[in-house]
Amino acid sequence: MIGTDEKKEMVFPGDIVEHGNLGMRNGLFRAEDGSFRSQYFGIVQRGEEFIDVVPFHGTYVPRRNDKVIGKILDVGPSMWTVDIKSPYMTMLHMNDTPWRLSSGDIKRALKVGDYVYGKVQTVNEVKESWITLKEPGQGLRKLEGGHIIYVPSPKVPRIIGKGGAMVNMIKDATDTRIVIGQNGIIWIDGPIEGVEKATEAIEMIRNMAHTNGLTDRMTEFLKIEKKGDE
Amino acid sequence: MGTPSNVKLLDENGIRLDGRGPQELRPIRLRTDVLERADGSAMIEWGGNKIIVAVYGPREAYPKHTQDIEKAVIKARYNMAAFSVDERKRPGPDRRSVEISKVISEALTAAVMVELFPRTQIDVFIEVAQADAGTRIASLTAASVALANAGIPMRDFVVGCTVGKVEGKVVLDLSKEEDNFGQADLPVAVLAKTGEVVLIQMDGDLSKEEFNEGMSMIMTATARIHEIQRTALSEKYKEMDMGGAE
Amino acid sequence: MPKDATGILSEIKRTYLIEKLKSGLREDGRKLDQFRNFTVEENFVPRAQGSAFVQLGRTKVIVGVKIEDGEPFPDTPNLGVMTTNVEMLPMAFPTFEPGPPNEDSIEIARVVDRGIRESKMIDMEKLCIEPGKKVMIVFIDIDVIDFDGNIIDACTMGIVKALNFARYKPDPEGPEIALPINNHPISVTMVKIGDDIMCDPTLEEEQMSTARLTVTMTEDGKIRAMQKGNFGSFTVDQIKYAIDMSERVGNQIRENILGEVK
Repeated sequence: MIGTDEKKEMVFPGDIVEHGNLGMRNGLFRAEDGSFRSQYFGIVQRGEEFIDVVPFHGTYVPRRNDKVIGKILDVGPSMWTVDIKSPYMTMLHMNDTPWRLSSGDIKRALKVGDYVYGKVQTVNEVKESWITLKEPGQGLRKLEGGHIIYVPSPKVPRIIGKGGAMVNMIKDATDTRIVIGQNGIIWIDGPIEGVEKATEAIEMIRNMAHTNGLTDRMTEFLKIEKKGDE
Repeated sequence: MGTPSNVKLLDENGIRLDGRGPQELRPIRLRTDVLERADGSAMIEWGGNKIIVAVYGPREAYPKHTQDIEKAVIKARYNMAAFSVDERKRPGPDRRSVEISKVISEALTAAVMVELFPRTQIDVFIEVAQADAGTRIASLTAASVALANAGIPMRDFVVGCTVGKVEGKVVLDLSKEEDNFGQADLPVAVLAKTGEVVLIQMDGDLSKEEFNEGMSMIMTATARIHEIQRTALSEKYKEMDMGGAE
Repeated sequence: MPKDATGILSEIKRTYLIEKLKSGLREDGRKLDQFRNFTVEENFVPRAQGSAFVQLGRTKVIVGVKIEDGEPFPDTPNLGVMTTNVEMLPMAFPTFEPGPPNEDSIEIARVVDRGIRESKMIDMEKLCIEPGKKVMIVFIDIDVIDFDGNIIDACTMGIVKALNFARYKPDPEGPEIALPINNHPISVTMVKIGDDIMCDPTLEEEQMSTARLTVTMTEDGKIRAMQKGNFGSFTVDQIKYAIDMSERVGNQIRENILGEVK
């Protein structure tokens, strides 16, 4: 999670981030000279035991237990192909849904173009993944109504905010329900004006995710917007 | 090649037709995020060149037989707009653009961490809106920036420049007239940090000494052009440098 | 027309757009007869005789005009030649593929071409240098580099700007001259969603519309070209309504593009 007031350090691909033999994390590679270098154009996040480079843009690659939003692309006899904006195939099997379905007739549950909020259950050696809707208590489901928007997946943590602070602030101020997939697909439901406002707020974070004082700016934005309503 | 008698490419003081000295680059302007749909994009104006680059991917490689189970395949497509050259060019690929697409793909593959995305492709679409000598290295320089802009993992940047020989002198960054009537043309692209050469082509005639002189000019120039690449990317995030002051 | 990146306009999106239309507003807050913000920058490709860079919302096209001499068609020995070609570049959209123009881009090029040609924007007779032997050929080539709907109107705007400001030398030794321009056609493309008719559709609006209508008119109030597209239909009254919209909106666009120069 990105703090709101630390100094940000911008790096470019190939830039040396660290010399030591640190337990490296994401976004770095070890060069021939032993240094750790950035593989992205992005910002450095330093923790006590890790260094991450978070790119400004980037492709989502599924990891186990990620919660994602996906669109049904194709319906087979017993499973669906789902678009979660990954370069690799993602599937959902009928046994991993809360519904009782028989093979060949799963279209009545989910058809092409429907959206689901699922959890990545397995990722195989060629990065194909299976999602599930079955785990109870996590809000996994078919998404009905509402509106869908996209952000680059590296920006998702910023939109969620510390402990969900940012997204909760938007929900409260706009009177909407919001579900954020770690893959950067976001579902917003509520009165049209609220959905619009929330969309605008998320666009704003998306464009300013790298800046400091975002929370304050967002508070201000949502307040002003609210006033405009009265 | 060969100079027609009515064109004098260098004057007695070594000044070129467009007023540049032998080691002087044409003006370069590079911007990112010029397109909305693409995952990353850049536009470069280099002298009279005007080139737009869009990156899509990594995405599923298609058709399937082009997949590599070990790595992503970079598919650059260099295309010249019909209006990009003096005489209208028929739209569509010709042998020249197919070759350029290939050497650009190969040069970019040297910098991109293709091993992280097996079985995918990364498309690099290059549209030359106006051509003015040196399009391939200008394209590569912009493509590298568009890839970084798309968040594609890379070990380094690819940055290019051309040297050539006019009136027996080695000069940097050939203009169109120098390209047409000069005695040699040597486009080179290197990895910015290591200086490793990832593209080199040459035609004309050069002595070994001239080649060495040219290469050292290229190394100096690419360091400067690389700074332009970094500035272009960071432009949008300027605010951050000031500690993100409100 | 392509669907969104994965090929399907979702039910969620459709419902949202229709819900908003009920309040008379479009997804981006526009009124039905309102174009997106646009800019038409001239001389984007200085080496071409005429050129323009058009941004219509998020749609972007580059228009280049090359004027060269060549032979007339045998059946029109006294007339210059004009060709229009639209390249939907793969950089413009995730599912656009390289290769020869498909039926969509051919239709677009032909509708755009028809509007310019039928309004007689260029006086083709004046492009004849030697009857039957030598005439000027005006090559209009368009690169679509970023796609978010309504390519037709973006192209027409760009062409009108590029032709209006084009300069060429019929005689290599002689002076630069302008093209013989008669008028300035403007196309206005509208789509029908439910019973609403709106101009300048975004890609999503194109996807959910049932029918499309392009009406190209000149400043004298004459209709010069029309094209209906897609599977749905229009009533005659709707078409009359669309013509009125084209005239009204088209006049604003013309003024915006040409400013005082006209």
